[in-house]
Amino acid sequence: MFEKNTSERVGAEQTVPDAARSEQAAVSIRHLSKSFDGVEVLRDVDLEVREGDVVTILGSSGSGKSTLLRCINWLEQPDRGSIHIGGQRIGVNDAGRPMPVRELARVRARTGMVFQSFNLWPHLNVLHNVTEAPIHVLGKSKTQAEAHARELLEKVGMSPKADAYPSTLSGGQKQRVAIARALAMQPEVMLFDEPTSALDPELVGEVLSVIRDLSAEGYTMVIVTHEMAFSRAVSDKVVFLDKGLIIEQADPETFFTNPSTERVRKFLEREES
Amino acid sequence: MSNWEILWSARDQFWSGFFSTMEIFGLSISAAFLIGCGMLYLLEGSRPRLTVPLRVVIDGMRMLPFLILAYLLYYGLPAFDIRLDAWWSGVGALAVYHGCYFAEIFRGTRLTFPPGQVEAAKAHGFTKGKMFFRLILPQIVMQTRPLLGNQLIYALKDTAFLVIITVQELTAAANSLSGTYFIPTEAFIVVIGFYWAVSVVMEIIIKQCGRFSAKRGFDNV
Repeated sequence: MFEKNTSERVGAEQTVPDAARSEQAAVSIRHLSKSFDGVEVLRDVDLEVREGDVVTILGSSGSGKSTLLRCINWLEQPDRGSIHIGGQRIGVNDAGRPMPVRELARVRARTGMVFQSFNLWPHLNVLHNVTEAPIHVLGKSKTQAEAHARELLEKVGMSPKADAYPSTLSGGQKQRVAIARALAMQPEVMLFDEPTSALDPELVGEVLSVIRDLSAEGYTMVIVTHEMAFSRAVSDKVVFLDKGLIIEQADPETFFTNPSTERVRKFLEREES
Repeated sequence: MSNWEILWSARDQFWSGFFSTMEIFGLSISAAFLIGCGMLYLLEGSRPRLTVPLRVVIDGMRMLPFLILAYLLYYGLPAFDIRLDAWWSGVGALAVYHGCYFAEIFRGTRLTFPPGQVEAAKAHGFTKGKMFFRLILPQIVMQTRPLLGNQLIYALKDTAFLVIITVQELTAAANSLSGTYFIPTEAFIVVIGFYWAVSVVMEIIIKQCGRFSAKRGFDNV
Protein backbone atom coordinates (compact mmCIF):
# COMPACT_ATOMS: atom_id res chain seq x y z
CA MET A 1 0.00 0.00 0.00
CA PHE A 2 2.64 2.54 0.96
CA GLU A 3 4.88 1.16 -1.78
CA LYS A 4 2.66 2.92 -4.25
CA ASN A 5 2.23 6.16 -2.46
CA THR A 6 5.88 6.40 -1.47
CA SER A 7 7.04 6.00 -5.02
CA GLU A 8 4.87 8.99 -5.88
CA ARG A 9 6.47 10.87 -3.05
CA VAL A 10 9.96 9.96 -4.13
CA GLY A 11 9.15 11.20 -7.60
CA ALA A 12 7.81 14.41 -6.17
CA GLU A 13 10.94 14.97 -4.14
CA GLN A 14 13.14 14.71 -7.15
CA THR A 15 11.26 17.12 -9.40
CA VAL A 16 9.60 19.68 -7.17
CA PRO A 17 11.85 22.35 -5.69
CA ASP A 18 11.94 22.63 -1.92
CA ALA A 19 9.93 25.81 -1.65
CA ALA A 20 6.98 24.36 -3.51
CA ARG A 21 6.65 21.34 -1.25
CA SER A 22 3.76 20.91 1.12
CA GLU A 23 3.96 23.57 3.77
CA GLN A 24 2.10 21.54 6.36
CA ALA A 25 4.40 20.68 9.24
CA ALA A 26 4.56 17.04 10.25
CA VAL A 27 5.94 18.18 13.58
CA SER A 28 5.86 21.69 14.87
CA ILE A 29 7.56 22.54 18.14
CA ARG A 30 7.15 25.98 19.72
CA HIS A 31 8.90 27.51 22.72
CA LEU A 32 9.60 24.14 24.28
CA SER A 33 11.24 24.15 27.70
CA LYS A 34 11.93 21.31 30.05
CA SER A 35 13.96 20.94 33.20
CA PHE A 36 14.83 17.98 35.40
CA ASP A 37 15.31 18.83 39.07
CA GLY A 38 15.97 22.46 38.34
CA VAL A 39 18.44 21.75 35.52
CA GLU A 40 17.19 23.16 32.25
CA VAL A 41 17.59 20.55 29.52
CA LEU A 42 15.60 22.32 26.83
CA ARG A 43 15.38 26.09 26.54
CA ASP A 44 12.77 27.68 24.34
CA VAL A 45 13.25 25.26 21.47
CA ASP A 46 11.50 25.91 18.15
CA LEU A 47 11.63 23.27 15.46
CA GLU A 48 9.64 22.59 12.34
CA VAL A 49 9.71 19.26 10.53
CA ARG A 50 8.02 19.32 7.16
CA GLU A 51 6.28 16.35 5.67
CA GLY A 52 8.78 14.08 3.95
CA ASP A 53 11.75 15.71 5.61
CA VAL A 54 14.52 13.92 7.43
CA VAL A 55 15.82 15.96 10.33
CA THR A 56 18.81 14.76 12.31
CA ILE A 57 19.54 16.18 15.72
CA LEU A 58 23.18 16.33 16.72
CA GLY A 59 24.87 17.47 19.88
CA SER A 60 27.15 16.16 22.58
CA SER A 61 25.65 13.94 25.26
CA GLY A 62 23.60 15.85 27.79
CA SER A 63 22.70 18.50 25.23
CA GLY A 64 19.02 17.59 25.48
CA LYS A 65 18.58 15.93 22.09
CA SER A 66 17.00 12.72 23.39
CA THR A 67 14.74 14.72 25.68
CA LEU A 68 13.61 16.82 22.74
CA LEU A 69 12.77 13.68 20.76
CA ARG A 70 10.97 12.10 23.71
CA CYS A 71 8.88 15.21 24.18
CA ILE A 72 7.53 14.84 20.63
CA ASN A 73 5.55 11.74 21.61
CA TRP A 74 5.07 12.90 25.20
CA LEU A 75 7.27 10.26 26.83
CA GLU A 76 8.64 13.35 28.55
CA GLN A 77 6.28 16.14 29.39
CA PRO A 78 7.65 19.58 28.64
CA ASP A 79 7.24 22.34 31.21
CA ARG A 80 6.34 24.98 28.66
CA GLY A 81 5.64 25.22 24.97
CA SER A 82 3.63 23.22 22.51
CA ILE A 83 4.08 20.36 20.07
CA HIS A 84 1.79 19.69 17.15
CA ILE A 85 1.86 16.47 15.18
CA GLY A 86 0.23 16.81 11.78
CA GLY A 87 -1.59 19.86 13.09
CA GLN A 88 -2.86 18.21 16.26
CA ARG A 89 -1.50 19.28 19.60
CA ILE A 90 -0.15 16.47 21.76
CA GLY A 91 -0.53 16.19 25.51
CA VAL A 92 -2.85 19.14 25.99
CA ASN A 93 -6.44 19.28 24.80
CA ASP A 94 -8.36 22.23 23.38
CA ALA A 95 -9.37 23.38 26.82
CA GLY A 96 -5.71 23.62 27.79
CA ARG A 97 -5.85 20.68 30.20
CA PRO A 98 -3.81 17.47 30.20
CA MET A 99 -5.11 15.16 27.54
CA PRO A 100 -7.16 12.13 28.62
CA VAL A 101 -5.02 8.99 28.34
CA ARG A 102 -6.96 7.49 25.46
CA GLU A 103 -6.71 10.61 23.39
CA LEU A 104 -3.02 10.92 24.22
CA ALA A 105 -2.51 7.31 23.13
CA ARG A 106 -4.20 8.07 19.80
CA VAL A 107 -2.00 11.09 19.10
CA ARG A 108 1.08 9.16 20.17
CA ALA A 109 0.22 6.42 17.72
CA ARG A 110 0.63 8.98 14.92
CA THR A 111 4.35 8.80 15.65
CA GLY A 112 6.56 5.73 15.57
CA MET A 113 9.52 5.47 17.86
CA VAL A 114 12.72 3.44 17.66
CA PHE A 115 14.75 3.28 20.85
CA GLN A 116 18.44 3.03 21.50
CA SER A 117 17.91 -0.20 23.46
CA PHE A 118 15.36 -1.73 21.02
CA ASN A 119 12.77 -2.47 23.72
CA LEU A 120 11.22 -5.40 21.91
CA TRP A 121 8.70 -7.42 23.88
CA PRO A 122 10.60 -10.63 24.65
CA HIS A 123 7.59 -12.91 25.20
CA LEU A 124 6.39 -12.34 21.63
CA ASN A 125 8.12 -13.61 18.52
CA VAL A 126 9.29 -11.24 15.81
CA LEU A 127 6.05 -11.37 13.83
CA HIS A 128 3.89 -10.82 16.91
CA ASN A 129 6.07 -7.95 18.09
CA VAL A 130 5.17 -6.25 14.82
CA THR A 131 1.46 -7.15 14.84
CA GLU A 132 0.81 -6.53 18.55
CA ALA A 133 0.05 -2.81 18.40
CA PRO A 134 -1.77 -2.82 15.04
CA ILE A 135 -4.14 -5.51 16.36
CA HIS A 136 -4.61 -4.31 19.91
CA VAL A 137 -4.28 -0.55 19.45
CA LEU A 138 -5.50 0.10 15.92
CA GLY A 139 -7.99 -2.77 15.96
CA LYS A 140 -6.76 -4.34 12.73
CA SER A 141 -7.71 -7.90 11.94
CA LYS A 142 -5.09 -10.55 12.57
CA THR A 143 -4.76 -11.53 8.90
CA GLN A 144 -4.47 -7.92 7.78
CA ALA A 145 -1.91 -7.11 10.46
CA GLU A 146 0.16 -10.21 9.69
CA ALA A 147 0.20 -9.57 5.97
CA HIS A 148 1.37 -6.01 6.58
CA ALA A 149 3.93 -7.20 9.16
CA ARG A 150 5.43 -9.70 6.71
CA GLU A 151 5.77 -6.95 4.11
CA LEU A 152 7.58 -4.76 6.62
CA LEU A 153 9.84 -7.58 7.82
CA GLU A 154 10.74 -8.17 4.19
CA LYS A 155 11.57 -4.49 3.84
CA VAL A 156 13.94 -4.56 6.82
CA GLY A 157 15.36 -7.92 5.78
CA MET A 158 14.01 -9.85 8.75
CA SER A 159 11.50 -12.16 7.05
CA PRO A 160 13.51 -15.33 7.72
CA LYS A 161 13.37 -14.57 11.45
CA ALA A 162 9.60 -13.99 11.68
CA ASP A 163 9.14 -16.89 14.10
CA ALA A 164 12.25 -16.25 16.20
CA TYR A 165 12.15 -14.75 19.66
CA PRO A 166 14.00 -11.48 20.36
CA SER A 167 16.49 -13.13 22.73
CA THR A 168 17.93 -15.09 19.81
CA LEU A 169 18.61 -12.03 17.64
CA SER A 170 21.67 -9.81 17.32
CA GLY A 171 21.41 -6.14 18.22
CA GLY A 172 21.21 -5.09 14.59
CA GLN A 173 18.46 -7.61 13.93
CA LYS A 174 16.54 -6.47 17.01
CA GLN A 175 16.73 -2.88 15.86
CA ARG A 176 15.50 -3.76 12.40
CA VAL A 177 12.53 -5.56 13.95
CA ALA A 178 11.91 -2.53 16.15
CA ILE A 179 11.84 -0.36 13.02
CA ALA A 180 9.31 -2.71 11.39
CA ARG A 181 7.27 -2.64 14.59
CA ALA A 182 7.12 1.15 14.55
CA LEU A 183 6.33 1.26 10.81
CA ALA A 184 3.45 -1.15 11.32
CA MET A 185 1.49 1.62 13.02
CA GLN A 186 1.72 3.60 9.78
CA PRO A 187 2.98 6.64 11.63
CA GLU A 188 3.12 10.08 10.07
CA VAL A 189 6.54 10.64 11.53
CA MET A 190 9.25 8.25 12.68
CA LEU A 191 11.36 9.16 15.71
CA PHE A 192 14.75 7.50 16.13
CA ASP A 193 16.49 7.87 19.47
CA GLU A 194 20.16 7.01 18.86
CA PRO A 195 19.19 3.86 16.97
CA THR A 196 22.74 2.60 16.52
CA SER A 197 24.38 3.68 19.78
CA ALA A 198 23.87 0.32 21.49
CA LEU A 199 25.18 -1.72 18.57
CA ASP A 200 28.51 -3.36 17.92
CA PRO A 201 30.34 -1.33 15.28
CA GLU A 202 29.95 -4.02 12.62
CA LEU A 203 26.16 -4.05 13.08
CA VAL A 204 25.66 -0.30 12.71
CA GLY A 205 25.65 -0.42 8.91
CA GLU A 206 22.67 -2.76 8.50
CA VAL A 207 20.46 -0.51 10.62
CA LEU A 208 21.59 2.72 8.97
CA SER A 209 20.98 1.25 5.55
CA VAL A 210 17.36 0.43 6.52
CA ILE A 211 16.85 4.00 7.72
CA ARG A 212 18.43 5.32 4.54
CA ASP A 213 15.97 3.24 2.49
CA LEU A 214 13.10 4.74 4.44
CA SER A 215 14.33 8.24 3.75
CA ALA A 216 14.48 7.43 0.05
CA GLU A 217 10.86 6.33 0.26
CA GLY A 218 9.87 9.71 1.58
CA TYR A 219 9.19 8.93 5.24
CA THR A 220 9.20 11.87 7.60
CA MET A 221 11.85 11.19 10.22
CA VAL A 222 13.48 12.85 13.18
CA ILE A 223 16.73 11.13 14.10
CA VAL A 224 18.94 11.68 17.10
CA THR A 225 22.34 10.27 16.21
CA HIS A 226 26.08 10.42 16.61
CA GLU A 227 26.75 9.13 13.10
CA MET A 228 28.03 12.19 11.25
CA ALA A 229 28.49 10.66 7.80
CA PHE A 230 25.01 9.18 8.00
CA SER A 231 23.50 12.46 9.11
CA ARG A 232 25.14 14.25 6.23
CA ALA A 233 23.96 11.70 3.69
CA VAL A 234 20.40 11.32 4.81
CA SER A 235 19.26 14.68 6.22
CA ASP A 236 17.25 17.48 4.72
CA LYS A 237 18.02 19.49 7.81
CA VAL A 238 20.57 19.14 10.56
CA VAL A 239 19.84 20.58 13.98
CA PHE A 240 22.55 21.15 16.57
CA LEU A 241 21.63 21.30 20.22
CA ASP A 242 23.93 22.69 22.86
CA LYS A 243 22.91 22.90 26.51
CA GLY A 244 19.26 22.76 25.59
CA LEU A 245 19.44 25.44 22.91
CA ILE A 246 19.26 24.97 19.16
CA ILE A 247 22.33 26.91 18.16
CA GLU A 248 22.39 25.89 14.52
CA GLN A 249 19.99 24.46 11.98
CA ALA A 250 20.95 24.18 8.36
CA ASP A 251 20.95 21.92 5.36
CA PRO A 252 23.64 19.24 5.68
CA GLU A 253 26.04 20.78 3.17
CA THR A 254 26.11 24.10 4.97
CA PHE A 255 26.16 22.48 8.37
CA PHE A 256 29.09 20.20 7.71
CA THR A 257 31.18 22.43 5.46
CA ASN A 258 30.44 25.92 6.63
CA PRO A 259 28.86 26.01 10.10
CA SER A 260 28.11 29.48 11.39
CA THR A 261 29.01 28.90 15.03
CA GLU A 262 32.33 28.21 16.65
CA ARG A 263 30.69 25.57 18.86
CA VAL A 264 29.61 23.46 15.88
CA ARG A 265 32.97 23.89 14.19
CA LYS A 266 34.70 22.55 17.30
CA PHE A 267 32.21 19.69 17.58
CA LEU A 268 32.82 18.66 13.97
CA GLU A 269 36.58 18.91 14.36
CA ARG A 270 36.48 16.64 17.37
CA GLU A 271 34.32 14.12 15.51
CA GLU A 272 36.77 14.03 12.62
CA SER A 273 39.83 13.44 14.74
CA MET B 1 -6.67 -57.86 59.42
CA SER B 2 -3.44 -55.91 59.33
CA ASN B 3 -3.47 -52.15 59.76
CA TRP B 4 -2.83 -51.66 56.05
CA GLU B 5 -5.73 -53.90 55.16
CA ILE B 6 -7.98 -51.85 57.39
CA LEU B 7 -6.92 -48.71 55.54
CA TRP B 8 -7.42 -50.41 52.17
CA SER B 9 -10.96 -51.33 53.10
CA ALA B 10 -11.55 -47.69 54.06
CA ARG B 11 -10.02 -46.39 50.84
CA ASP B 12 -13.23 -44.68 49.78
CA GLN B 13 -12.86 -42.32 52.69
CA PHE B 14 -9.33 -41.42 51.54
CA TRP B 15 -10.45 -40.86 48.01
CA SER B 16 -13.30 -38.62 48.96
CA GLY B 17 -10.97 -36.66 51.26
CA PHE B 18 -8.43 -36.44 48.46
CA PHE B 19 -10.95 -35.15 45.92
CA SER B 20 -12.24 -32.68 48.45
CA THR B 21 -8.70 -31.42 49.03
CA MET B 22 -8.06 -31.13 45.30
CA GLU B 23 -11.32 -29.26 44.81
CA ILE B 24 -10.50 -26.79 47.59
CA PHE B 25 -6.94 -26.44 46.33
CA GLY B 26 -7.92 -25.92 42.69
CA LEU B 27 -10.60 -23.39 43.45
CA SER B 28 -8.62 -21.43 46.00
CA ILE B 29 -5.38 -21.16 44.05
CA SER B 30 -7.28 -20.09 40.93
CA ALA B 31 -8.95 -17.38 42.97
CA ALA B 32 -5.63 -16.53 44.64
CA PHE B 33 -3.99 -16.14 41.23
CA LEU B 34 -6.71 -13.77 40.11
CA ILE B 35 -6.46 -11.82 43.37
CA GLY B 36 -2.70 -11.56 42.90
CA CYS B 37 -3.08 -10.31 39.31
CA GLY B 38 -5.77 -7.86 40.38
CA MET B 39 -3.61 -6.46 43.16
CA LEU B 40 -0.65 -6.12 40.81
CA TYR B 41 -2.85 -4.19 38.40
CA LEU B 42 -4.04 -1.87 41.15
CA LEU B 43 -0.44 -1.32 42.23
CA GLU B 44 0.50 -0.13 38.71
CA GLY B 45 1.49 3.54 39.18
CA SER B 46 -0.78 6.54 39.02
CA ARG B 47 -2.91 5.51 42.00
CA PRO B 48 -0.80 6.53 45.01
CA ARG B 49 -3.86 6.58 47.27
CA LEU B 50 -4.43 2.88 46.61
CA THR B 51 -0.81 1.80 46.86
CA VAL B 52 -0.32 2.30 50.59
CA PRO B 53 -3.49 0.52 51.78
CA LEU B 54 -2.80 -2.34 49.38
CA ARG B 55 0.73 -2.77 50.61
CA VAL B 56 -0.58 -2.79 54.18
CA VAL B 57 -3.11 -5.50 53.32
CA ILE B 58 -0.52 -7.61 51.49
CA ASP B 59 2.07 -7.33 54.24
CA GLY B 60 -0.54 -7.81 56.95
CA MET B 61 -1.68 -11.06 55.37
CA ARG B 62 1.83 -12.34 54.86
CA MET B 63 2.64 -11.78 58.52
CA LEU B 64 -0.47 -13.59 59.72
CA PRO B 65 -0.43 -17.31 60.52
CA PHE B 66 -2.77 -18.97 58.05
CA LEU B 67 -4.63 -20.87 60.74
CA ILE B 68 -5.60 -17.62 62.50
CA LEU B 69 -7.10 -16.32 59.26
CA ALA B 70 -9.11 -19.51 58.81
CA TYR B 71 -10.33 -19.25 62.43
CA LEU B 72 -11.21 -15.62 61.87
CA LEU B 73 -13.35 -16.33 58.82
CA TYR B 74 -15.07 -19.35 60.34
CA TYR B 75 -15.52 -18.33 63.96
CA GLY B 76 -15.09 -14.56 63.78
CA LEU B 77 -17.30 -13.50 60.88
CA PRO B 78 -20.57 -14.69 62.46
CA ALA B 79 -20.10 -11.85 64.97
CA PHE B 80 -20.70 -9.53 62.01
CA ASP B 81 -23.67 -11.63 60.88
CA ILE B 82 -21.72 -13.13 58.00
CA ARG B 83 -21.95 -16.90 58.12
CA LEU B 84 -19.83 -19.00 55.79
CA ASP B 85 -19.85 -22.75 56.12
CA ALA B 86 -16.55 -24.46 56.89
CA TRP B 87 -15.85 -25.30 53.25
CA TRP B 88 -16.30 -21.77 51.94
CA SER B 89 -14.46 -20.29 54.92
CA GLY B 90 -11.53 -22.55 54.06
CA VAL B 91 -11.56 -21.72 50.35
CA GLY B 92 -11.93 -18.02 51.11
CA ALA B 93 -9.10 -18.00 53.63
CA LEU B 94 -6.75 -19.85 51.26
CA ALA B 95 -7.65 -17.61 48.32
CA VAL B 96 -7.09 -14.34 50.17
CA TYR B 97 -3.99 -15.50 52.01
CA HIS B 98 -2.19 -16.93 49.01
CA GLY B 99 -3.55 -14.18 46.79
CA CYS B 100 -1.52 -11.75 48.87
CA TYR B 101 1.56 -13.94 48.49
CA PHE B 102 1.03 -14.08 44.74
CA ALA B 103 0.67 -10.30 44.70
CA GLU B 104 3.94 -9.90 46.59
CA ILE B 105 5.75 -12.29 44.24
CA PHE B 106 4.40 -10.41 41.20
CA ARG B 107 5.21 -7.04 42.73
CA GLY B 108 8.82 -7.97 43.36
CA THR B 109 9.30 -9.01 39.73
CA ARG B 110 7.39 -5.98 38.46
CA LEU B 111 10.00 -3.77 40.12
CA THR B 112 12.68 -5.19 37.84
CA PHE B 113 10.53 -5.01 34.70
CA PRO B 114 12.47 -3.07 32.04
CA PRO B 115 10.96 0.45 31.86
CA GLY B 116 11.97 0.59 28.19
CA GLN B 117 9.33 -1.99 27.31
CA VAL B 118 6.67 0.14 28.97
CA GLU B 119 7.89 3.17 27.02
CA ALA B 120 7.79 1.19 23.80
CA ALA B 121 4.20 0.21 24.57
CA LYS B 122 3.23 3.81 25.28
CA ALA B 123 4.96 4.98 22.12
CA HIS B 124 2.90 2.45 20.18
CA GLY B 125 -0.32 3.88 21.55
CA PHE B 126 -1.04 1.34 24.28
CA THR B 127 -3.19 2.46 27.16
CA LYS B 128 -2.52 1.18 30.65
CA GLY B 129 -5.01 -1.69 30.77
CA LYS B 130 -4.02 -3.26 27.46
CA MET B 131 -0.36 -2.76 28.21
CA PHE B 132 -0.79 -4.55 31.52
CA PHE B 133 -2.70 -7.54 30.22
CA ARG B 134 -0.90 -7.97 26.89
CA LEU B 135 2.68 -7.10 27.74
CA ILE B 136 3.41 -6.85 31.46
CA LEU B 137 1.36 -9.63 33.06
CA PRO B 138 2.32 -12.45 30.67
CA GLN B 139 6.00 -11.73 31.21
CA ILE B 140 5.66 -11.39 34.98
CA VAL B 141 3.86 -14.74 35.18
CA MET B 142 6.50 -16.43 33.02
CA GLN B 143 9.32 -14.99 35.05
CA THR B 144 7.85 -15.81 38.45
CA ARG B 145 6.98 -19.37 37.45
CA PRO B 146 9.42 -21.11 39.84
CA LEU B 147 8.25 -18.95 42.76
CA LEU B 148 4.62 -19.58 41.86
CA GLY B 149 5.30 -23.32 41.82
CA ASN B 150 6.74 -23.06 45.28
CA GLN B 151 3.73 -21.07 46.45
CA LEU B 152 1.36 -23.71 45.05
CA ILE B 153 3.03 -26.31 47.24
CA TYR B 154 2.60 -24.07 50.27
CA ALA B 155 -1.05 -23.62 49.40
CA LEU B 156 -1.53 -27.38 49.03
CA LYS B 157 -0.04 -27.98 52.46
CA ASP B 158 -2.14 -25.20 53.98
CA THR B 159 -5.31 -27.05 52.94
CA ALA B 160 -4.46 -29.53 55.72
CA PHE B 161 -5.08 -26.82 58.33
CA LEU B 162 -8.73 -26.77 57.33
CA VAL B 163 -9.28 -29.99 59.27
CA ILE B 164 -9.32 -27.77 62.34
CA ILE B 165 -12.36 -25.86 61.14
CA THR B 166 -14.02 -29.22 60.35
CA VAL B 167 -13.59 -29.28 56.57
CA GLN B 168 -13.81 -32.89 55.40
CA GLU B 169 -10.62 -33.07 53.38
CA LEU B 170 -7.70 -35.47 53.11
CA THR B 171 -6.14 -34.86 56.52
CA ALA B 172 -9.58 -35.05 58.11
CA ALA B 173 -10.07 -38.47 56.52
CA ALA B 174 -6.75 -39.70 57.93
CA ASN B 175 -7.56 -38.18 61.28
CA SER B 176 -10.89 -39.92 61.49
CA LEU B 177 -9.51 -43.29 60.37
CA SER B 178 -6.63 -43.14 62.82
CA GLY B 179 -9.10 -42.26 65.58
CA THR B 180 -11.56 -44.99 64.68
CA TYR B 181 -9.04 -47.81 64.34
CA PHE B 182 -6.13 -46.46 66.44
CA ILE B 183 -3.65 -46.70 63.55
CA PRO B 184 -2.23 -43.16 63.30
CA THR B 185 1.13 -44.12 61.77
CA GLU B 186 -0.21 -45.92 58.74
CA ALA B 187 -3.07 -43.47 58.19
CA PHE B 188 -0.76 -40.46 58.19
CA ILE B 189 1.84 -42.18 56.03
CA VAL B 190 -0.84 -42.72 53.38
CA VAL B 191 -1.78 -39.05 53.58
CA ILE B 192 1.85 -37.96 53.21
CA GLY B 193 1.98 -40.12 50.08
CA PHE B 194 -0.98 -38.26 48.62
CA TYR B 195 0.49 -34.80 49.35
CA TRP B 196 3.86 -35.84 47.93
CA ALA B 197 2.31 -37.26 44.78
CA VAL B 198 0.39 -34.07 44.07
CA SER B 199 3.45 -31.90 44.77
CA VAL B 200 5.64 -33.98 42.47
CA VAL B 201 3.08 -33.75 39.66
CA MET B 202 2.93 -29.96 40.13
CA GLU B 203 6.71 -29.72 40.02
CA ILE B 204 6.78 -31.65 36.77
CA ILE B 205 4.11 -29.44 35.22
CA ILE B 206 5.96 -26.28 36.28
CA LYS B 207 9.19 -27.68 34.79
CA GLN B 208 7.42 -28.39 31.52
CA CYS B 209 6.12 -24.83 31.42
CA GLY B 210 9.77 -23.81 31.78
CA ARG B 211 10.47 -24.96 28.24
CA PHE B 212 7.89 -22.50 27.00
CA SER B 213 9.53 -19.57 28.72
CA ALA B 214 13.07 -20.78 28.05
CA LYS B 215 12.30 -20.52 24.35
CA ARG B 216 11.61 -16.85 24.96
CA GLY B 217 14.88 -16.41 26.78
CA PHE B 218 13.39 -15.92 30.23
CA ASP B 219 15.41 -18.63 31.86
CA ASN B 220 17.65 -21.51 31.04
CA VAL B 221 16.06 -24.83 31.71
